[in-house]
Amino acid sequence: MTNSIHEIAGADFILAIGTNTTETHPVLSLQIRKAVKEGAKLVVADPRRIELADIADVHIQHKAGSDMALLNAMAHVIIEEDLYNKEFVKERTEGFEEVVEAVKECTPEWAAGITGVDADTIREVARGYARAEKGTILYTMGITQHICGTDNVLAIANLAMLTGHIGRENTGVNPLRGQNNVQGACDMGGLPNVYPGYQRVDDPAVREKFEKAWGVKLSPKVGLTVGEMMDNALAGKLKGLFVIGENPLISDPDSNHVIEGMKKLDFLVVQDLFLTETAELADVVLPAASFAEKDGTFTNTERRVQRVRKAIEPIGDSKPDWEIIQMLANAMGYPMNYSSPEEIMKEINEVTPQYGGITYERLEKQGLQWPCPDTDHPGTRFLHEGKFARGKGKFHAVRYVDPDETPDQEYPFMLSTGRRLFHYHTGSMSRRAEGLETVYPEEYLEMNPQDAEKLGVQSGDRVKVTSRRGEIEIPVRVTERIQPGLVFASFHFRETWVNKLTNSARDPKAKIPEYKVCAVKIEKVS
Amino acid sequence: MSDKVTLTIDGQQVTVPAGTTVLQAARMAGIEIPTLCHDPELTSPGACRLCVVEIEGMRNLPASCVTTAGDGMVVRTNSPDVIEARKTIIELLLANHPEDCLTCERTGQCRLQEYAYHYGVKGDTFHGERKQFPIDDSNPFIVRDMNKCIRCGKCVRVCEEVQGRSIYSFAYRGFDTIPATAMDTPLAESECVFCGSCVSVCPTGALTEKMMHGVGRSWELEKVKTTCPYCGVGCNFDLNVKDGKVVGVTSNAEAEVNGRALCVKGRFGYNFIHHPDRLTKPLIKKNGEFQEATWEEAINLVAEKFKEIKQEHGPDALAVFTSARCTNEENYLANKFARAVLGTNNIDHCARL
Repeated sequence: MTNSIHEIAGADFILAIGTNTTETHPVLSLQIRKAVKEGAKLVVADPRRIELADIADVHIQHKAGSDMALLNAMAHVIIEEDLYNKEFVKERTEGFEEVVEAVKECTPEWAAGITGVDADTIREVARGYARAEKGTILYTMGITQHICGTDNVLAIANLAMLTGHIGRENTGVNPLRGQNNVQGACDMGGLPNVYPGYQRVDDPAVREKFEKAWGVKLSPKVGLTVGEMMDNALAGKLKGLFVIGENPLISDPDSNHVIEGMKKLDFLVVQDLFLTETAELADVVLPAASFAEKDGTFTNTERRVQRVRKAIEPIGDSKPDWEIIQMLANAMGYPMNYSSPEEIMKEINEVTPQYGGITYERLEKQGLQWPCPDTDHPGTRFLHEGKFARGKGKFHAVRYVDPDETPDQEYPFMLSTGRRLFHYHTGSMSRRAEGLETVYPEEYLEMNPQDAEKLGVQSGDRVKVTSRRGEIEIPVRVTERIQPGLVFASFHFRETWVNKLTNSARDPKAKIPEYKVCAVKIEKVS
Repeated sequence: MSDKVTLTIDGQQVTVPAGTTVLQAARMAGIEIPTLCHDPELTSPGACRLCVVEIEGMRNLPASCVTTAGDGMVVRTNSPDVIEARKTIIELLLANHPEDCLTCERTGQCRLQEYAYHYGVKGDTFHGERKQFPIDDSNPFIVRDMNKCIRCGKCVRVCEEVQGRSIYSFAYRGFDTIPATAMDTPLAESECVFCGSCVSVCPTGALTEKMMHGVGRSWELEKVKTTCPYCGVGCNFDLNVKDGKVVGVTSNAEAEVNGRALCVKGRFGYNFIHHPDRLTKPLIKKNGEFQEATWEEAINLVAEKFKEIKQEHGPDALAVFTSARCTNEENYLANKFARAVLGTNNIDHCARL
């Protein structure tokens, strides 16, 4: 997020697009409610009538996968009606002309044809955002999990720069990160192209710095993303895989492809709390300790680094992940002798500029938001004040493309996937939390009454859902909250293994799979 | 008009911003005034009257939570009249309160109990009618015992004002008034999403965490402030620990991001920690079956295999999935392990999922 969670409450215009905030970030959604209570306009753009839409001034129920058309049409209106922030565009940005050119044809009428949203509604929302004093855009995977995910984000950035809604308190571009420490995993170099602090592995000066810090020669070659690892495993090029605290069998798209890839490996090691679906395929399983059994830090969606504190001893012979990795490194002949996570943090401070001043001593009192380059720095509540990280903000000409799969005669429905309030990710934790499982024991497929009638099904009936990649059976819940032609289910449940259906087609830049749309056919199970 | 006012509370001069209540002003000066229905995050109904004070020139004892501090006010928070009024209020509350502190889950944390003790009120002055509401334990998370409700209304207000859900409103009349769900259905049948905010503000045993029933007295529980392991919001809370076991999660008002607010997963989704499915030993697959192994065996086997693959096929035949669930320190080590030990940049995690 460019801003802090509490700053959402101070916005006067909120566009929440592709985020089912009350279910996926329940406590953060309270800030949206607060803003609305204090008079902010809330526009929710989501193909489903999600709960947040109930308190919105406008709910844009656009077609799944049509976000770019909507965003570019908003940019068109803002430029066409001369509502853009000329001073901001002139002083702080570059590439404006390219965007003017790119969105010239993107009239609201054009977008209406793609999105199914009334052209005047698009105009009204664009005007509202442009005229707001503190407009903010919130989004999650509804924007990014498309083959044009990166471009969707750039289209959002274009809107923020056109209007100058960035670089100030309460106003900015705010992706809400999903998992407890997904921000931290990225910050700490859990990505194939960057070392900790987003320092590129193919930059010789950076590499030299890490070679010195770690005392070994390092590879200049950018590594593989998760999806590419699976492709390489299937092709027989990837032989050994070490999976720490992940369950790709359930979470990754096109599960049958993932299973095949995993089985093809010569050697699979899984380190987890439970014998997950992925762990069942492993050659060696290493028992890890849970968050309650170790010290450390998590970094939340607003870049705030906070303490995790050990409350109990590890269960059985399990060990914290850091200890296990250290044992493995030593066994492979690379000495690691950290006595505590705090000592690891000291090394992080030295090699990660954004984390330079984030010490356990300071964290004892309060969390710190990066960038926090030194111990005198108070941390950063919002980004891009006065100037962007790269200097001038760069507009990008981005254009609408159809999803990789669109409905056709054989697969006439669109399937979109996401999360539910009562469960988390592959359910390895939440499905073992007794109460959560009691109130939400099974998944269902949301379907519009019109479609249900056509298929002759009612809530509770089971259907077979088939895509080009696989099939599952799942009970139906008939609801007006979803538009005709679209069905929705979460991926938390092994019994209704939704990712056997999803499409692994990926965004070419971010390599994010298109979970949000794939084509399926649906038949009643008699 | 000045934006500051100066008043005297218990002989102490206090200067506060205009608009501050007498209660806030007293607290700013370190003077404690008891409250039951007041909560700094919620609107003040001035309902319980426990926070009454004496203010020179005023005829009655005003409730300090809804009285604005005025310039030159002279306030006494502990005069005999004030003490007498508070004792009477507590007596009246106890007149129909179940006398089951011995087994009540809230004992030790109950505000009513605390004030009764502080003011020496035994609850034997009035003998009123007792309430006979059925206990609602229809759901796995929250037990509602309306016989212990003192009608402070905090559950009603936190649900409406902070959570925006308005699950509760006051129902019935007079003596029978209780905060109830729509049509007074059990919570399980209402629209409640079990965030538990109502439990976190309830001053008595009327709303309690079901999973914490019988696990231990409040003074036996060690509280460890930590960060939630579910979503990316980064809520902080207290793990409640007894005899080396996590027995509950409770709000920590000092939490920067979330204050006392949590969601159902954060507050009630912790019992995976001690689930019997937890892996407790390293496992090595032999002939298709997992067999328990020592750490030494498992680590040596993994190291050997990784070295073998690296030697035969090069470092890029190896890869690491690190984890968005692990700590920063662990992710840093996983990154170092992939790059410096295995020698590959093949490291990624589920950021895109």
